[in-house]
Amino acid sequence: MFITEILNALQFSMTLFLLSVGLTIVFGLMKIVNLAHGTLYMLGAYIGLSIWTFSDSFWLAFVFAPIATAILGALLYKVLFKFIQRVDPMRQVLLTFGLIYIGLDSVRLIWGSMSHSITTPELFSNPINIFGETYPTYRLFVILVGITVLLILYFVLEKTKMGAMVRASVDDHETSQMLGINTEKILFYTFSLGCGLAGLAGVTVAPIVGVEAGMDMEVLVLTLIVVVVGGPGSLKGALIGSLLIGFVDTFGKVFFPELALITIYAAMALILIFKPGGMYSRL
Amino acid sequence: MNIKFKVWFIIIISILLSSTLSKAENLKIGMLLPYSGAVAIIGEEITNALELAFEEVNYEISGRKLEIIRADTEYKPNIALKKARELIFSKKVDILAGTVSSSVALAVRDLVVSTKTPFIVANAGANQITRKKCSKYIIRVSFSNYQINAPMGPWLANYGIKTAFLLSANYAAGKEQMSAFKSTFEASGGKIVGEEYTPHRKTKDFGPYLGRIKSSGADAVYVFYAGGEAINFIKQAHSFGLADVMKITGAGWTTSPLFIPAQKKAALGFIGILNYVPSIETKENLEFQRAYKEKFGRIASEFAVQGYDTGKMIVEALKSLSGDTSNKELLAEELSKVSIIGPRGPLTIDPKTNNVIQNMYIFEVVNSANGPVLKILDKIEAVKDPGTGCSL
Repeated sequence: MFITEILNALQFSMTLFLLSVGLTIVFGLMKIVNLAHGTLYMLGAYIGLSIWTFSDSFWLAFVFAPIATAILGALLYKVLFKFIQRVDPMRQVLLTFGLIYIGLDSVRLIWGSMSHSITTPELFSNPINIFGETYPTYRLFVILVGITVLLILYFVLEKTKMGAMVRASVDDHETSQMLGINTEKILFYTFSLGCGLAGLAGVTVAPIVGVEAGMDMEVLVLTLIVVVVGGPGSLKGALIGSLLIGFVDTFGKVFFPELALITIYAAMALILIFKPGGMYSRL
Repeated sequence: MNIKFKVWFIIIISILLSSTLSKAENLKIGMLLPYSGAVAIIGEEITNALELAFEEVNYEISGRKLEIIRADTEYKPNIALKKARELIFSKKVDILAGTVSSSVALAVRDLVVSTKTPFIVANAGANQITRKKCSKYIIRVSFSNYQINAPMGPWLANYGIKTAFLLSANYAAGKEQMSAFKSTFEASGGKIVGEEYTPHRKTKDFGPYLGRIKSSGADAVYVFYAGGEAINFIKQAHSFGLADVMKITGAGWTTSPLFIPAQKKAALGFIGILNYVPSIETKENLEFQRAYKEKFGRIASEFAVQGYDTGKMIVEALKSLSGDTSNKELLAEELSKVSIIGPRGPLTIDPKTNNVIQNMYIFEVVNSANGPVLKILDKIEAVKDPGTGCSL
């Protein structure tokens, strides 16, 4: 039972990581909280559902749904986010909040209000035996996806010139510009990538949690908590926040099921009392 | 204006007036259901099938037209109450039907009783609607939560299940269903080894609970979920191999025909109990399923059947009154006296509580050429709700 729960927590953490890493870096760069981030997660799941229904191939959905949400993100950036960088935060919040409703009703219009589900490929149909406990193979795959993305992002951000430019822009926007870094371009790519990762999270967890209208709001709250707890603006913050919330939530449900709804909020409150800037903040 | 014109004017007006007066008014049925949001599908199923019942009489009873007025409750009690007032006071409906949610039904309860509007409950299952809160104006053709789950206690005990783990969403309906099963299962010598109530409509991942249930050592887990939660639970229980160590059983909605297309093979082996399954082989059911599939292109669910029976009961009651709805008390009385044979089997309204008396079907999900289907294992006839606390 213990191994099962650790793996459950790890799987949940990795989903949270995919969701929060894009949001937190965009926040670091733009100082904008994109509340429509959850909507892109939902769209990733729905687009994946459609691709899977038409092609009967999970892998096509897995590859193309994130690309589709990345393109959507790019469009959103070009027509909206580019223009609201300098306006006051209240208007930014309201605008991205409006996008949530547009997304929700569009999804109901296109896909209807029934709950859907994606079936995993044959490869994952049998549970696997780990130290005497059976565990669903697909959930291991989700953990693997999260770790892979983490390693790639770490390498790009820490070891490449592009990554150095991103980090520089987060730390000091104006100085970076003066040094000849095209922060506008960096912002555009980071934003699109973040949206793509949200879509990846959506399509990856769809076979586990299903696809339905309203799934965006649930993860939005969780993602914001991860960003706040981990400290906004960095990969490490997103990772620490995700692991913390993932483990607290899962083990909270196991040991104190009556408190399932409040454990993560309690954890957030405690952390903010002792570390008001989050566990690891670049800002 | 000359006199002649005035006379003509008066004649024309009076002709117009008399023609509207002599023309019989429509028989108005107000449908209080969710038509938007996550449970819109249930509102749709109920209304679809009710229309099917009205079509059988060409929407006409004793020269009066049947008219359906839809009001979207959005699954919210406060909005439903507003809409119910609108239906009763401005649309002047003769009969109110619907509500998927029990809290919506209870929210409009006092309004329908005080305005003496006959109200047919087509889904909401809270026990108290036909117990403490019962009224001669409220007739329930769907079920009470107790009625569905109580027969499963002795049945499972007899099937060889000695210990069970209870699992459902943490809300009134979930708790009522679990406590109904618990009381009869324990009375039959069974033992509940654990119970868990998950945050209602907020639980996506059952992983943390499945670990505990698996290690509880129970012979069976008894669950109730609906909608996305039902799909997720069944699929995740399958992926964790729960069926290898215990029987998965519960209230039949968990593997409703609405959810099975998404659950697929993961639903196989589930043993459930419900007031209707599509595989009942009576001519009423075969005919109903054929007509529903022809018009709406899918298998009718238990929700559709409740809508159809609601329509049938309205038609029968109005027929016996020759379409006269001027006396609401008489109308309510007539509605509760109707007895029909529907797709579910014979239905009568319990004169003690105004809750329907009906058969319960115990089924197992088995594989067929067209994917998983519900195979009937047993039928328990004429199941009643005890109706404790109700005096009509």
